Amino acid sequence: MKNNIYIYILVMTVTVYLVRVLPLTLIRRQIKSRFIRDFLYYVPYVTLSVMTFPAIIDVTENPISGLIALLVGIYAAYKEMGLFKVTLICCFTVLILEFLI
Amino acid sequence: MDSFKRGIKDGLPIGFGYFAVAFSLGIIAAQAGLTPFQGFLTSLLVNASAGENAAFIAIKENVPYFQMAIITIVSNIRYILMSFALSQKIHPKASMIHRLLLGFFLTDEYFALAVSQDPYCDPMYSYGAICFAAPCWAIGTALGILMGNILPIRIVSALSVALYGMFLAIIIPPASKNRHIAILIIICFVSSFLLSRFSALSESMITIVLTIAVSSLGAVLFPRKDETNEK
Repeated sequence: MKNNIYIYILVMTVTVYLVRVLPLTLIRRQIKSRFIRDFLYYVPYVTLSVMTFPAIIDVTENPISGLIALLVGIYAAYKEMGLFKVTLICCFTVLILEFLI
Repeated sequence: MDSFKRGIKDGLPIGFGYFAVAFSLGIIAAQAGLTPFQGFLTSLLVNASAGENAAFIAIKENVPYFQMAIITIVSNIRYILMSFALSQKIHPKASMIHRLLLGFFLTDEYFALAVSQDPYCDPMYSYGAICFAAPCWAIGTALGILMGNILPIRIVSALSVALYGMFLAIIIPPASKNRHIAILIIICFVSSFLLSRFSALSESMITIVLTIAVSSLGAVLFPRKDETNEK
């Protein structure tokens, strides 16, 4: 028997909300521990880096175009071009390269 | 109001990237038997790329409901860490309603925007980004289910790097000013690559393990000095 998709959606919604909201609501003061504060300071950079590579070479049709998009994106971001421009540059890099390859 | 407008502007690339990712997610959802409305509803309520991907595969496998709960926790566990970090970015005096709402919309991208604000993130800024990007996510999923393979594969391929381009735009500028962050990013790239190729860990497990390991390493090796002048 097939389970009900709406119950699945309900289970997901409740579970994911608890994961997201519990720390946010339970901790309202500044954390005192130096280690924890530094740890949390580095978390976003670490998580985003881990999710970027090697994922960027796995999502494109050709891993080479993903790799070049990564390098071009790093350069564009280094030049402080801003979210929107860097994003567009990466997309166009892949579009052009996969047209050529 | 100014923050809200700024949020919408910074939300544009997110919405753009979301649309592409959601679209490809819709193709997976269609295989799991979801209707466009069910996909729309899931994306509106869950707001998680890796999490929804895992969930659609689970629906396809017709797993028991409790197993769906476990899959949801595991594939989204990094949000516990982000939620901790975000708790420090919201003004201690801000209303609880903001915490409850921002928690609902806590994704990698909104999180990245929020932590780029100094010293605290104005909730209105986040709402600006959310009110453009969240509908893109939900509509993208529904359209992916509806029109599956109509879009040329090259376009999908190009759109799929949008999200990573955005991640780079967030992590690289601070790294160019702070060598410690740059070193940690390199460690992340290398270890993430090695684990993805030579271990049995899933993508979400790698994210969890490395987030804890590398951030701890950073806190031990590179403790920050600017305690008084809190950035």
